[in-house]
Parts: sequence; structure tokens; C-alpha cells
Amino acid sequence: MPHRTKGEKVFNVFNHIFMVVICMLCLLPLINVLAVSFSSMEAASTGKVTLIPVGFNTTAYQHIMKQDLFLRTFFNSFKRVLIGVPLNMLLTVMSAYALSKSRSQLAFRQFYVWFFVVTMLVSGGLIPTYITINNLGLINSFWALILPTAVPVYNIILMVNFFKNVPIELEEAARIDGAGTWRVLWQIFVPCSLPAIATLTLFCVVTHWNEWFSGQIYLNRVEDFPLQSYLQVLLNQTKDTNMQSLTIKEMEELSKINTRTYNAAQIVLSTLPVLIVYPFLQKYFVTGLTLGGVKG
Amino acid sequence: MGAPLLLEVSMKKIKRQLPLHLMLLPSVILLFIFSYVPMFGIVIAFQNYSPARGFGDSAWVGLKNFEYVFNLPSFSNVIYNTFFIAVIKMLLHLIVPVTFALLLNELRGPGFKKSVQTITYLPHFLSWVILGGIFVDILSPSNGVVNIIIKSLGGEPIFFLGDTKVFPWTIIVTDVWKEMGFNAVIYIAALTGIDPTLYEAAVVDGASRWKQTTKITLPCLVPTIILLATLSLGNVLNAGFDQVLNMYSISVYSTGDIIDTFVYRLGLKDFQFSAATAVGLFKSAISTVMIVFSYVTAYKTTGYRII
Repeated sequence: MPHRTKGEKVFNVFNHIFMVVICMLCLLPLINVLAVSFSSMEAASTGKVTLIPVGFNTTAYQHIMKQDLFLRTFFNSFKRVLIGVPLNMLLTVMSAYALSKSRSQLAFRQFYVWFFVVTMLVSGGLIPTYITINNLGLINSFWALILPTAVPVYNIILMVNFFKNVPIELEEAARIDGAGTWRVLWQIFVPCSLPAIATLTLFCVVTHWNEWFSGQIYLNRVEDFPLQSYLQVLLNQTKDTNMQSLTIKEMEELSKINTRTYNAAQIVLSTLPVLIVYPFLQKYFVTGLTLGGVKG
Repeated sequence: MGAPLLLEVSMKKIKRQLPLHLMLLPSVILLFIFSYVPMFGIVIAFQNYSPARGFGDSAWVGLKNFEYVFNLPSFSNVIYNTFFIAVIKMLLHLIVPVTFALLLNELRGPGFKKSVQTITYLPHFLSWVILGGIFVDILSPSNGVVNIIIKSLGGEPIFFLGDTKVFPWTIIVTDVWKEMGFNAVIYIAALTGIDPTLYEAAVVDGASRWKQTTKITLPCLVPTIILLATLSLGNVLNAGFDQVLNMYSISVYSTGDIIDTFVYRLGLKDFQFSAATAVGLFKSAISTVMIVFSYVTAYKTTGYRII
């Protein structure tokens, strides 16, 4: 690097400090909740906790571990991710491979493309979708959480653009060796696209894990809820009066403990899975997003 | 001789193509059931829908539902709130990530840069249920950390989520906070794609870092910025359903209620299916026009095609 002016050096120092501040702004709210979750009830309710637990204890966590509903809904979410994400990815890879072919290789390609794209432009909206799910008899069914969002159209488009970058010679060589369409997909295109697949898998995991609304509108029993739907009801009790989904027994149970530390502990536990998957897949992000995505 | 051969060729072609069509079939069926069937359900916006009668037998009422909702006293507020929050979010989601990407680009050590990226992407992956819970807690006027800090600095506590004047800004700022790092990804990628010889030439000519930023980096980013700005036009009525539903309360409806939350309450709390669908249709009609307009513009100006 050639010599730098004084102004550039000052800027450099300032820029580093600024970035540290930005990072702190991103992390501090999370650290605060973590600290509250390990603090004593008195400290939490009088607002003494900032970044370090005051009166360290694990009562809130112990209480959650004894809570049937939390564990149950946690398991429901887990099941939803385990079934929903592979289905998302299977449909993504298959549809994207077919759509990545040219018009001469795939009859009606234009029709298929529009069939997918229109669903991004137009939607029936909340009520017609609800009525459809209802008419299909999916109310109170686990599949109401999986099937309506099984085809991630936006991800398919990203994947199509990614597949188009796979060298055509690879497919031609495999074809000459006698490989069929399915084999070309699984043994050439999928292995060539691991960064994109990893990125989209992460997105699907996060989407399924975080999605709470369909659980709340399509399911009536709290014990069938995914974790986020359950948490939503729980966390909104303090500011909302509607508690239609909780039984009297559950509400009594809740009033016995300090809701602040308890809520904090639940928030911490429910973010853990995302925090665990995140670093493993994060390294694929930029490649996965940009190769397939917007090309400037 | 010619005809059977042709037939044989097209049969062969169909046979070769069959796996591709089979690969598309499950997605097409699922999209038909869960996206296209609800689109037909929009007809209930023009009916007096009763669940017992279904789409087919409910009475047609023309535009009565639209008349009804447009005359609701809170409706104009809801439209204004939605538009206000969404447009400011659109602007900030453009300006803040570009600035952030530019500053990040000036960092030297790759390790530090990577850590900053990892940390700032993180909030994007947390749900508004979780973040709503966190913000309700830390922004609480009595014992939330933020107000404790404000009080210790001698200020008056601010009721971020309960004051009608402050609430929309709380929504906007927390959303920018959540998406800033992640929205910068595209720009960071565009920055790494800039030809390094441009900078080398500029250094030879004695250009300062500031000059390099304004004369090379920023112009190279302009196409990406224009493209993303155009594509974001479709969000003109998306003020953030998840976020608002998890952060608002009755006391801030006047400035915080948006179309999506309004539809949700009207439809699934008050069970006015037809009226709620009418409001939803009103919104998606505007959004669809904006999206189509933005994609056509993006194609014409930058040659961008989604597929």
C-alpha cells in the first residue's frame, strides 16, 4: 500500500471503531436477553440487569425443562424442519434442473416459467388461502405447515440461474457415458452446486424454524403448535389481552414464575438451533447468493 | 418414409424429455392447489361469503364490500401508515446497506471484516416473534435497558412501543437494524467484482482514497443500486406484517396499524371474510402493478431477467 495521508489514517481508525459499534448494536440486545435469562427474579424485574447476569441462577431454564408444552412445541418445530426442508430442497432441485434447460430441450418451458413466476406476482391473500386450506381438510393437520410453502419459487429461480452456470461439457460427457436425466441431476448438477444448495438449505431451515403464523391460524391445539407460534402467544400476553389459545391451567402455571426471566430463557433456547446451524453454512453465503442471484 | 421417421423422432424427443416434465410435476400440482386455487377464491371479495354456502352459492354483491371497508373510519389511517412505514423502510434499506458495504470495503484485515459480516448478518435469521419479544423487553419504559440508559444520562424515558408518535419510527429503525447486514451482501459481492486495475491506475494518478471511492467504487455500484431500487418498488405497501403484529398494541393502532394487520383482524378475528378479502385484493392489485412495472423497468434499463 502506498503512503497514506493523515486524513486516511484518521478515517481508518474511525471506521474500525464505527464497525465495532455496529457489531455491538447487533449483539447487545441478544446479550442482554441472555443475561436476563440467568438473573434472579428481583434483579430482572427491577431492571438491574444489563450485560452480565445479576444473582446468577438457572431457575428459569430448569422450569422450562419441566414444562411439557415448551418441549412439545420444540419437538414439533424440529419435526417440521426435518420434513419440510428436505421436501423444499427436493422440489427446488428438480424444478430448477428442468427449468434450467433451454426451450428446445424442454417443451412448454415458457408456460412452466410463467406458471411459477405468476405465483410470486399474484397471491390469493390471507382469507382465500385460509378457506382453501380449510376446504382441503388441513385445519389441525401437521401438513398445513408443510404443503402450502413446499415449493419455494424464489429459491427455484436462484437455483435455475446457478444450474445454468454448470459447464455444459460435464452433462454431455455423462450423456455419452450413458447417464440418464435423473443421474445427470444427482451426480453432476447437485454436487456442482453445493454452495447454492447449502445456502438455500439454510434459508429453508430458518424459514421453517421461524415461521409462526400458519401454526397459529391453521392449528387449534397449543400442543400441536410449532415453538415460534407458542412463543408468540406467550410473549404477546403481556401486551395483548387475547389468550384464546391457553387453558386456565397453563395460565396459572405461568403466573407462578417471573415472566421476564422465563420469557428471556425461552427466547434464548428457541434461537439456539439457528445459532448452531448458522456458522456452518455461513461460509457458503456469498458464493451461494451471488452466483445465482442478482448479476449487476 | 418421411412421416414415420418424423413421428419416431418426436416420440424419441418426448421420451427423452419425459423425466424433465416428471421433475416439474409435483411442484406444478402443489402450486396449483396452494397458490392458484386461492387466487380463484378472490371472488369472495365480490360476494357476501358465508362458509356454509362456499364460493359457488354465496350471494354476489358487486362492490359493496369495497364500499364498506373504504368507509370504515380507520381505513384511511391504515393506508397512510402502511405507505409511510413501507416507503421510509424502502429508502433506508437502500441507503444504509450501501453505506455499510462501502465502509466495510475500506476495512483492511480480512479476519476483522469477516467477523463484522458474520455478526451483522445474524439478526436477519431471527424471527420477529423472538426479536419482538426482545424489543418489548429492552424498550420497556420502566425496566428496559434502553430507557435505563436514557434515564442515567438525565433524559426522560421514551415509550418506544406505546407512544403513537414514536411507534412508526421504532418499527422502521428496528427493521433497518435487522436487515442492514444481510441487505449489504449484494453490494459487498458487487464491490468484490470491481476490476482491481482501476484502483491501481487511480493510485498511479495520485488519487486519494476518497477520490477512489467517489470516482470508481460508487459508479461501479450504481447499476446494482438502481436494479435493487427498482425491484423494491413492489414493496410499496409491505410495511412488515410479522414485525408490526409482534410489536404493536391497541394503543398505537392510529399510527401503527397497517393493511396486513388490518386484514388479519378483520378476517380472522372478526370473521368478516369478504370484507377482509376486499382489502387484501386492494393491496395486492396495487402491489402486482408495482412489481410488474418494476420488473419491466429493470429489464429495459439493466437487462435484468429473473429467470
